[in-house]
Amino acid sequence: MNILVCVKQVPDTTQIKIDPVKHTLIREGVPAILNPFDGYALEAAARIKDKDPSTKITVVTMGPPQAVAVLKECVAIAADKGYLVTGRTFGGSDTLATSYILSHAIKQIAEKEGAFDAIFCGKQAIDGDTAQVGPEIAEWLGLPQVTYGLECEAVEGGLKVKKEAEDGVQIIGIKCPCLVTFTKPAFDPRYPTIKRKLAANRAKFEQLGDGFDPEMDPAYYGLNGSPTHVKKSFTPPVKQGGIKIKEETGADSAAKLAKILVDNNII
Amino acid sequence: MEAKTKDLWVFIETNEDGSPKKVGLELLNPGRDLATKQGGKLVAVVVGNNVADAVEQAGIYGADQVIVIEGPEFEKYTTDAYVMALYYLVEKYGPTTVMIGATPNGRDLGPRFSCRLKTGLTADCTSLDIDEETGNVAWTRPAFGGNLMATIMCPDHRPQCGTVRPGVFKKPAAGENKAEVIKEDFHVAPEDIRTCLLEVIKEAAGETVDLEGADIIVSGGRGMGGPDGFKTTLKPLADLIGGVVGASRAAVDSGWIGHAHQVGQTGKTVGPKLYIACGISGAIQHVAGMSSSDCIVAINKDEDASIFNIADYGVIGDLYEVVPALTEEIKKLKA
Repeated sequence: MNILVCVKQVPDTTQIKIDPVKHTLIREGVPAILNPFDGYALEAAARIKDKDPSTKITVVTMGPPQAVAVLKECVAIAADKGYLVTGRTFGGSDTLATSYILSHAIKQIAEKEGAFDAIFCGKQAIDGDTAQVGPEIAEWLGLPQVTYGLECEAVEGGLKVKKEAEDGVQIIGIKCPCLVTFTKPAFDPRYPTIKRKLAANRAKFEQLGDGFDPEMDPAYYGLNGSPTHVKKSFTPPVKQGGIKIKEETGADSAAKLAKILVDNNII
Repeated sequence: MEAKTKDLWVFIETNEDGSPKKVGLELLNPGRDLATKQGGKLVAVVVGNNVADAVEQAGIYGADQVIVIEGPEFEKYTTDAYVMALYYLVEKYGPTTVMIGATPNGRDLGPRFSCRLKTGLTADCTSLDIDEETGNVAWTRPAFGGNLMATIMCPDHRPQCGTVRPGVFKKPAAGENKAEVIKEDFHVAPEDIRTCLLEVIKEAAGETVDLEGADIIVSGGRGMGGPDGFKTTLKPLADLIGGVVGASRAAVDSGWIGHAHQVGQTGKTVGPKLYIACGISGAIQHVAGMSSSDCIVAINKDEDASIFNIADYGVIGDLYEVVPALTEEIKKLKA
């Protein structure tokens, strides 16, 4: 199979702190990491390759030049090749504009790497949390999609995707070419080996810069091509803690809590 | 595309039995307010199979008009059929705003549908308003794992679209059903549906959990110390008060309970009437998934745990003492 994995470099949101005075995000010193959901997408591709070593995995990311670090990481983990989409004119793109740029980049990359049987994405990025770019790429490229994938298996002409559903798990059959977004599976993704890490350090990555595709319509990308605009951002109001209960014994505390919950018709 | 009306649409997702998902009815509440401010009708859009119940309820909960697409191909959600149906309706009627519940299916449908319309979509909103200056919908949503809120507008494209988290808004009060019902004869050919549901694996008996639809959630975290307490300590309390069992990422990552139970940024976003957090420290990623709960109870040994900052009632104590005693006390009080 020929698989493309879309990845994003994100700030590790678990490390973000709020400035207690200015109520703004402290972004300094926050490590940039591979979006964890994209790591699950890469792992899904790697598992297909484990079964069929002829599988080729290409990764693409869009971001500033330093985003090349996540391409290196992906090559260290399982990818064969990586492409960086980077350009000033792409800045300020919202999800629709980002997916437009990426869909054009994917068409160009496919000219070099061959048509992709499957495109894998993370369910969402942990900085924006929108879960929009994957399905939007699928729409621009006219591909069928499955979201919330957990794992998948290559079958004749398509994929069998195990996906998370509201009341359990579903197995969905989908024909290739297709796009699948992945959420967290029950297993941990693999770590890079030392050997692969060293090879990744030497890897070179092709860039697709401003104007990489003259066919692209500026009305659809960058700040001006983005339908949505952030009007304001703010840190959420801090909720004040409520009533504390700390009686002599756990049983006494429980009795007090039970009375409050019942008296206030909460249960 | 241009809006042909000032109408606001609420997509009412249906279950396989044709009943409406809760979030669709919830959205009729802010929908009414926004529709009035926009000067248009509040329209419920129902897609599914045998959806008489959903159509009726949409009217009872305040829709002025209900537009219906029915057919066996819509019984189970598929991206292809639902996007085609909704796109057809929007092209035909030209609403100015479309709201969709941010369920897993809604989050699958929303971006695909708005991209086909080449318009903007704001995901997972938790607060909605009309910007006084421009008349646009001001969609407010959390980002950065709940560390930051952003208010987003879509000024030049119509319809302006958003998905809205379940449990954030309350269902409006039921009233007399005055809705005009429009049935659209629209069908999707089988070959245009490019995915196929091969198998449904419900969780093992007793393991099924509908966190997003639950009124009460009893959740366990790292403080549970192991898998057993979920069954022996939390489950009896949850069963007694009509709740379900949830978990923090720490507990799921430790393998104590399945990911389907996980609440938080990498799990489910919930908004129950009561959320009881047992042995959960209150990491921002967890809080992002449950902070819109009506009432939050925290039980934790560590007095400094940040979960107490957002709890309405905080019990400082060992959950293995407090929870069983709480279960017994409630049994007595309810007897």
